[in-house]
Amino acid sequence: MFNSIVLVKQVPDTANISGKVMKDDGTVNRAKLPAIFNHEDKVALELALRIKETYGGKVIAITMGPARASDILRECLYLGADTVYLISDRKFAGADTLATSYVLSEAIKKIGHYDFIFAGRQAIDGDTAQVGPQTAEKLNIPQVTYVEEIISCKKDKVTIKKKIDGGYEIVEATLPVLLTVIKEAAESRPFSAKNIMAYKNAKSLTDIEGMTEGNSLLYSDKLVHEYEEKNLFIPTFTMDELKLDADRCGVKGSPTKVFKIESVVLAGGNHIKVESSKAGIGNLIDQLMADHIFG
Amino acid sequence: MPNFFVDNSDIQFQFNNLDLKDIVKIAEDNYAQAKDFNYAPVNYEDAIENYRKVLEVVGDIAGNFISPRAPEVDQEGAHLIDGKVHYAKGTEENLKQLSQADLMGMIFPRKYGGLNFPFTMYVMAIEILSRADASLMNIFGLQDIGDTIRKFGNESQRQEFLPKFCTGEVTGAMALTEPDAGSDLQAVKLQAYQDSDGKWFLKGCKRFITNGNGEVLLVMARSEAGTKDGRGLSLFACYGDSTVKVRRIENKLGIHGSPTCELQFNDTPAQLVGQRKFGLIKYVLDLMYRARMGVSAQALGISQAAYYEALKYAKEREQFGKAIYNIPVVTNMLIDMKEKIDSNRSLFYATALTIDRKEKLEELIEKLKSEGKPFSEETQKLKYEIKVANLLTPMTKYILAESANKITHDAIQIHGGTGYMKEFNVERLSRDARITNIYEGTSQMQIVAASGGVINDILAEYFDERERREYKGGLNRLAGFLKEIREIYKEALKYVMDKKDATFQDVAGKDLVDLYSYLYVGYLLLNEAEIEPKKIYTANRYILNSLANAKKNFESIKNENFSDILHADEILI
Repeated sequence: MFNSIVLVKQVPDTANISGKVMKDDGTVNRAKLPAIFNHEDKVALELALRIKETYGGKVIAITMGPARASDILRECLYLGADTVYLISDRKFAGADTLATSYVLSEAIKKIGHYDFIFAGRQAIDGDTAQVGPQTAEKLNIPQVTYVEEIISCKKDKVTIKKKIDGGYEIVEATLPVLLTVIKEAAESRPFSAKNIMAYKNAKSLTDIEGMTEGNSLLYSDKLVHEYEEKNLFIPTFTMDELKLDADRCGVKGSPTKVFKIESVVLAGGNHIKVESSKAGIGNLIDQLMADHIFG
Repeated sequence: MPNFFVDNSDIQFQFNNLDLKDIVKIAEDNYAQAKDFNYAPVNYEDAIENYRKVLEVVGDIAGNFISPRAPEVDQEGAHLIDGKVHYAKGTEENLKQLSQADLMGMIFPRKYGGLNFPFTMYVMAIEILSRADASLMNIFGLQDIGDTIRKFGNESQRQEFLPKFCTGEVTGAMALTEPDAGSDLQAVKLQAYQDSDGKWFLKGCKRFITNGNGEVLLVMARSEAGTKDGRGLSLFACYGDSTVKVRRIENKLGIHGSPTCELQFNDTPAQLVGQRKFGLIKYVLDLMYRARMGVSAQALGISQAAYYEALKYAKEREQFGKAIYNIPVVTNMLIDMKEKIDSNRSLFYATALTIDRKEKLEELIEKLKSEGKPFSEETQKLKYEIKVANLLTPMTKYILAESANKITHDAIQIHGGTGYMKEFNVERLSRDARITNIYEGTSQMQIVAASGGVINDILAEYFDERERREYKGGLNRLAGFLKEIREIYKEALKYVMDKKDATFQDVAGKDLVDLYSYLYVGYLLLNEAEIEPKKIYTANRYILNSLANAKKNFESIKNENFSDILHADEILI
């Protein structure tokens, strides 16, 4: 039996951009973008669910994000996660990878026992691929990145195939371990109809507060209790609940500073005529390598 | 990210306007099931929300996974290797996803692992999936096999078989047809015999068995040795174990993903389902309502797919300096296709609701009986629903399957030479459509089945009531045309009946059933046009077309166009 914690993130849907999503200062207007489940995180959840199906255990999904991130936690429940937690606090806003991994690692400590932590390799918004590895560092556990396949799990050891440049590597790690997963590792399963029907009304505290706002007949405390009774309450961890150091959270705890953002418009430039010969093509390849276009 | 439920505004319209209240109330025991199952609805609105969300999953899987795999499934097909049937790779993947999504037991009660969905929601799922890959219907749509076991089998059979359907561990097949028993099922010969302990065994052959490789087979067999008609037939459930040999699978025109098997039963152990001698006359007839609706849903899904292909191509393809979409004859063909599909869908869901009400009333009556409560009111209602279902089910199958052939034909036409090539989907769709007016009863058999209700004018009161209604504005004009069609129907019927000639009546059946369908569908569309302004176009074209066709139907009856069949030998030989 192995318990897994999966780190998931809600990201802007950069593949389906419509309308004006870039502000004049070159930053992204997130409100204009539809929010989706980061694909590689969904694959990470799939691997955790397969571990559960093969060996037994529980799957817990957590996300740090704004209130609306509870959308993807519901999706985790539809896919088969046993428990989900929202980690949300205004004071987390503006966190870079350092501050994020600090908060996540503390949340994981609070959740307690685990054998695996799964995360997507990277999120499509920041593309840093740092949060998983930094979380492992803070928890002081081994990590394997670019996981393509979990070959086998024994009591305290796991054998993994990981992608490397031009091939793959088979590695072994002791448990508990953090794995970051690439999209080729698995195809995510569809939502389960039963889980959708069971958890479609799962709500976080902020969701519930939204319902009571402007409705004097509803009381949040009472509703929370009702949702808990029905197993439909998504617990939220705030900064205070996790007893975090405020200086290490959000903007304050984020040393990364954005120097400059450019809006790059891709457009064709000059035409170069390439000689249709071995030498001509060779020259083209050299030039492309020199420009770091490939190689 | 196409979602085949969400992107189809007409399915959305039907879904939003279906009145399932009575059906859901009975199905959910007045919502008492919510106490035992966290996925059971707590009230009607909750149930509808459940159906919507689950159909969104069906639409997602259909649009994003099943549809892209369909060309390869068609090309690879199912194949037989060393006596074992293998699905195409895409079919395997489709079934795996549908099982993971808990969709393989949509209509079964929750206690066996099912979703307890109404029949109407199940056939909506079939329509959506068939648009993606028609051949998948022939596996997914066989949940009916389990449903027949649920209805007529005993509790131990329910517990044995149903959970396996729900998890996707087994698929089913309905083994009725034999080389000499096709449309005439009374001629079934496969032998069922008992050993000295009373255990049943099956011996003989079945042919053209859709998904005959399925793990659970529902087999109609002659249990009463020496009998020759339908009263000697019983229904059996058995496993497709080593005693069942798949002798060959057919090399077919279409639905390549669905294996059509010839089966040989070699003393196969079987369980009797329900009572002896009721196999054909009760159980299979009951199964046919649902099986015919499965094929109708398949036909509708194929039609929808063909229409979208034609529309897309017409917008992209430029000739004479403009998209052919803007060439009036092409535009007209597209509108014709759309009108047919939407009016067919109205008929389809009206029929589905009728069958749903019928089945739920049957369940309710059983329950009331067991509780010792009165049920005469329900019995009256049930009688009416059965009568209507007996008319509408074959009428729907006939109209939708014939339409699918016409619509896929026109979709190729709009593509021109390109559509004749394998690279385009319309070629596959037209091959897939071709079976729909043949299996589960040919169109000719459907007309025979629907004729009784048409000749007895069983919807007379309903039509009377519709005629008395006032419709909004311009719709009154269309209502007037329907009155005109009704007069034509009455005259045509009188003409046929006055002849007192069985042959004449048989051949005129098609025209009479057509006439009756114009009325029924016409009134459905008038209702819809009152709710949704866009539907005025559908109603308008449908009713105007129907009036023209009604006159033609009547002319061919009155002129006795087909009286020359008395001279068939002189003409044909």
